[in-house]
Amino acid sequence: MAEKKYDWSAIARNPKFVELHHKKSAFLFGWWIFSCVYYFLLPLGAAYTPGIFKIKLIGPINFGYIFALSQFFVSWGIALYYSHVANKDFDRLTKELIDELHI
Amino acid sequence: MTFKKIFIAASLALSLAGAAFADEPAKAPAASPAAMSAPAAQGAAPAATQAAPAAEKSAVAAPAPAPAKKELKANRTITIGMFVLIIGITMGIVVWAAKKTKTASDFYAAGGGITGAQNGWAIAGDYMSAASFLGISGLISLYGYDGFMYSVGWLVAYITVLLIVAEPCRNAGKYTLGDILSFRTSPKPVRAIAAISTVSVATFYLTAQMVGAGKLMALLVGIPYKASIIGVGILMVGYVVFGGMVATTWVQIIKAGLLMAGAFLLSVLVMAKAGFNPIGFFSSIVSNPEIQDHVSKMVLKDGIILNGVDAGQRFLEPGLFLKNPLDQISLGMALVLGTAGMPHILMRFFTVPTAQAARKSVIIAMFLIGGFYILTTLLGFGAAISLSPQGIKSIDAGGNMATLMLAEKLGADIAPVIGDLFLAFLCAVAFATILAVVSGLVLAASAAIAHDIYVNVIKDGHADQNEQMFAARLTSVVVGTCGIIIGIMAENQNVAHLVALAFAVAASGNLPVVVLSLFWRKFNTGGVISGLVVGTVCSIVLVMVSPNMTYPKAVAAGAKKVITAMEKKQATLPAGATLDEKDLKALAKARKDYDTNKDGTSILGLDKPIFTLKNPGIVSIPLGFLAAIIGCLAFPSRRSEEMFDEVYVRQNTGIGMAKAIDH
Repeated sequence: MAEKKYDWSAIARNPKFVELHHKKSAFLFGWWIFSCVYYFLLPLGAAYTPGIFKIKLIGPINFGYIFALSQFFVSWGIALYYSHVANKDFDRLTKELIDELHI
Repeated sequence: MTFKKIFIAASLALSLAGAAFADEPAKAPAASPAAMSAPAAQGAAPAATQAAPAAEKSAVAAPAPAPAKKELKANRTITIGMFVLIIGITMGIVVWAAKKTKTASDFYAAGGGITGAQNGWAIAGDYMSAASFLGISGLISLYGYDGFMYSVGWLVAYITVLLIVAEPCRNAGKYTLGDILSFRTSPKPVRAIAAISTVSVATFYLTAQMVGAGKLMALLVGIPYKASIIGVGILMVGYVVFGGMVATTWVQIIKAGLLMAGAFLLSVLVMAKAGFNPIGFFSSIVSNPEIQDHVSKMVLKDGIILNGVDAGQRFLEPGLFLKNPLDQISLGMALVLGTAGMPHILMRFFTVPTAQAARKSVIIAMFLIGGFYILTTLLGFGAAISLSPQGIKSIDAGGNMATLMLAEKLGADIAPVIGDLFLAFLCAVAFATILAVVSGLVLAASAAIAHDIYVNVIKDGHADQNEQMFAARLTSVVVGTCGIIIGIMAENQNVAHLVALAFAVAASGNLPVVVLSLFWRKFNTGGVISGLVVGTVCSIVLVMVSPNMTYPKAVAAGAKKVITAMEKKQATLPAGATLDEKDLKALAKARKDYDTNKDGTSILGLDKPIFTLKNPGIVSIPLGFLAAIIGCLAFPSRRSEEMFDEVYVRQNTGIGMAKAIDH
């Protein structure tokens, strides 16, 4: 199978690709770091600020429970937001790039 | 083709034979709940690790005199019927999948023909082991909040998978970890090392799963340990050898469906009991006198006196189980970074046609996995309310039977036969769970050996389809057979730490080099090799000198305490009176433990752990990254740098990917 040759460094310098790369890197690493910080607050908080975790919010349900539960919704939220941005921006930029290169 | 059919028929017959074995009375020691507890849960719960030492000690002292032993026995006819049904359905899938599996691409990656939604279910099926299913709800039923907190990391881990590895791997890879890493490095050494790392991660995980499977089957349906392992092993090899990735994927999808259905049904029953009122549900935890009593006794060990509602409320607060925050953080790091470096999870992204499908599949998997863990909370707390933590502990010290007991109880509240049916159904779910997880692992390990080592290192990439397929099938048989043998040999070993170890190796060895390969221009051969070797070796060594190992001197010291206490008790008794039977037995056991252990050392000849954490991640992950960076800077390669543009454009855009699919 004859493989098509691409000029990879030319593609890498293409303004469309540069834009994609900047947007993507900022988004991915930014949200990844946010999710890690948010997650590690849970074991750290449980260990060092148990007082806050014990505050009752709704009946016997305390802050600690709500916070642990929120981890699930925050993770899902990030996933959905990423999917939204990727479908809208990243995929569009990729497609424009490919169209421009006539691949 | 005929050969295939014969093999399929033979494996079906053999697994039935395994079930028939069950009619022999189960071996006595195998049925001791204490011996069972840890490994079954441990399947994947390093958490249970903490509970392990206690269980461990009683397991070490062979014929543990379990006082007033209660048992949970599933109705064997119904359960085995359900097992046979699952085996029948999956065998049907294998026959269908075998027809579609003609090339190496079909075998390793289902020809890229799995849809995003299917792959999402399969990832969930691949990931959630029996430990998630039984172990975490058990932890919640015994320790409340901490069990729930423990489950969070298993979902958050998927953010890393989604944002960092899923799409780039789809775009830049083909079948294995070695494909991604060897792109701009010297392929032979990199592939060889990557394959070794993959095989070791898979072996650790597989051993834990196999031992857990054997113990679980023995406990639930009385199928002897060896027969269970052989039965499960033959099935997994059968799925992989004939059905490859297509069959493995569908087994995982079915398992995920069964698991979600079981958890959902049971949660509905739990919530129905609480009148579908969440606040009422939590109030009934706090006001439950048995939970209050259980918590009072637990905190009393730390010298704290709590009673009544305060004790009940304590069940919803952290700190009953996870007492070392550093260990927690270390485990969290291993999960968050390790999941994304697990070869059997990475491999799933090669089965979908596009990066978009890979993205969709992770998101679907996240909703399934997260939803499952939230339901698990209901099951765990529900079990604590309906069965009492004391009742759960009397069946299994690690709480692993909580979900199954709950199913039987809530079913039987409707009608006794429904209790039997429900229990049998959940046993079948556990069985399907084991099959799905082990098949994924065998496939990942054999892909590493056949594709990386045989085809690309030994044959320089020059192997035709027939040869590739033969190599792939042969290695699957070999890997599966090794899995069976290791599983049988490890029956009485402490395997609790192996899952934590698998995640630690994936996080410290695989993940740093994958991320740096994809995102760092300078990264090269030297970096891959030093990162993989240092990350893997550090994790293994740290676990070998950690408290996960058995330290006979510590066991002896524990036994010594019992002896002293019993002798004191004896001294306080009126003259002529002797200790009651229970105490005498405990004393005899302690003396025996003391004698056998007092001069022993751990596997590495240590008296006590050198590294005090159970999870090595916090040390081994930074070391893995550091070694990868230093190794790379020490052996710079211009070619690797020049090829970065290609890797980076490919992983971001998928340009040139078609090659990976219809190669």
